[in-house]
Amino acid sequence: MIYYDKVSKVYADNSHALVDISLTIEPKEFVSIVGHSGAGKTTLLKMLLAEEKPTKGSVFFESTNIHKLKKAKMNNMRRRIGTIFQDYRLLPNKTAYENIAFAMEAAGRTDAEIRADVPHVLELVDLGNKLWNFPHELSGGEKQRVAIARAIVNQPDLIIADEPTGNLDPVNTQEVVRILKKINDLGTTVILTTHNKGVIDSIGGRVITMENGKIIRDDKHGKYIL
Amino acid sequence: MIWISIKRVIRAGFINFWRNGFVSFSSIMVVTMTLFVFTSLIFLSLLTNAYLNQVKDKVDINVYFTTTAPEKDILALKKTIESLEQVARTEYVSREDALKNFKLKHQDDEPTLQGLEELDDNPLGAVLNIKAKQPSQYDSIAKFLDSKDALSKDGSNIIESVNFHKNKQIIDRLNKIVDSATRLGIGLVIFFVLISIVITFNTIRIIIFTSRDEISVMKLVGASNRYIRWPFVVSGIMYGVISAVVTLAVFYPILYYVNKLLASFSPGLNLLTYYLNNFGQIFLIIAGSGILLGAVSSYLAVRRYLKI
Repeated sequence: MIYYDKVSKVYADNSHALVDISLTIEPKEFVSIVGHSGAGKTTLLKMLLAEEKPTKGSVFFESTNIHKLKKAKMNNMRRRIGTIFQDYRLLPNKTAYENIAFAMEAAGRTDAEIRADVPHVLELVDLGNKLWNFPHELSGGEKQRVAIARAIVNQPDLIIADEPTGNLDPVNTQEVVRILKKINDLGTTVILTTHNKGVIDSIGGRVITMENGKIIRDDKHGKYIL
Repeated sequence: MIWISIKRVIRAGFINFWRNGFVSFSSIMVVTMTLFVFTSLIFLSLLTNAYLNQVKDKVDINVYFTTTAPEKDILALKKTIESLEQVARTEYVSREDALKNFKLKHQDDEPTLQGLEELDDNPLGAVLNIKAKQPSQYDSIAKFLDSKDALSKDGSNIIESVNFHKNKQIIDRLNKIVDSATRLGIGLVIFFVLISIVITFNTIRIIIFTSRDEISVMKLVGASNRYIRWPFVVSGIMYGVISAVVTLAVFYPILYYVNKLLASFSPGLNLLTYYLNNFGQIFLIIAGSGILLGAVSSYLAVRRYLKI
């Protein structure tokens, strides 16, 4: 489903974020990427969203080279990927409902679909009573659950979660992991980066360990080893 | 589909406008300031033009005829002059009227009036006052009068004198003043308009700079550039419309006050009446500039952050 072909990334300050990475991710996999800060985890994910361009090599989503897509096609591709970030990245001037509705509007869904799906998906992440709250009125865990709802509402093929539990307490962390596992069970590929040993151990899926821009370990049923 | 998008974009624009209350307020202040400069310049040029016209109107050529000049020759000449394209209008003062005016002017000057009584005949010749359309055209009119076309049929000169030559210096100087005043005015207008446009552009850019994270989130969710940009443009249009309304509302009392000040030394000019009579046009100009300013600066400001 996703294929990194000898990807290297050198930033303007000459730091090597990725060094000759080759990596294949199959559909319906739950892949965890672990590593110290600066190991290149986030850069690896940014490549998938075309937020960053590789200095060398190419990244394929299914059979298309992501970095050769035209703008309109790029938007279509991004709609097939749900993203979750450590800092939630909700739109601050929109309510929980509107944040999710925005993602649906962007994907060109009808008003009727939006009215039906948004409350449903917020119900799924246990926020059925916070539809009309603005992000600043929600706790960190609640914000992250809104972000997850936004990521899954368009039924994406892939969920990218960049340290989704980084700012959360253990209870909320377990809740987010539980939701992500459920999404994966329903057939969506999930790629997750984390520092959290507990998260990796409770997922029990494939674990890729990165160091200095290289993959140093790739275990099918890995544990957190650093 | 396109209608749904338009509807959503407009709604988003309105909601953003309302929720970013302080941002909207400061944008409106800046755009209002610019429109205020625009409107002031419109009225200032109106005022300057009116004054220049008043001054121009004071200039004319007076043709003094000899006392023996037959009236029908004078009237024939008047007709010829009126047919010249440079001439705006002429005014004929007959010998009798000239005398009457003279007496009226010197009614408190007893010795002069007495001297006049002692003469057998009316010593004053008829006068023809000529007004040109433009101050610069007096020269050619004077030349025409100097030529032989202005002679009466029997060949004797009926013109005593033309006072253009006396006034030439003043007229020339006036021409220069009118010219440089117009040029300076245009220069100032361009200068101020440019400055205020740049300030507005910059302010709106800074305001949208605060939304750059939001824009990048929208991009990552897969929103198209148009779908991100147009709500900002809609808000920009709203800034323009509201600023235009504020500006025009503020101008009513200002013009009312200015009018009072002006009334004493230019009775003919009424800016307030002008404002009210041409309100539709002025509103269109000001609102149009406001909308253009708001929309274009928002459009350009967002463009920078859409390149992810």
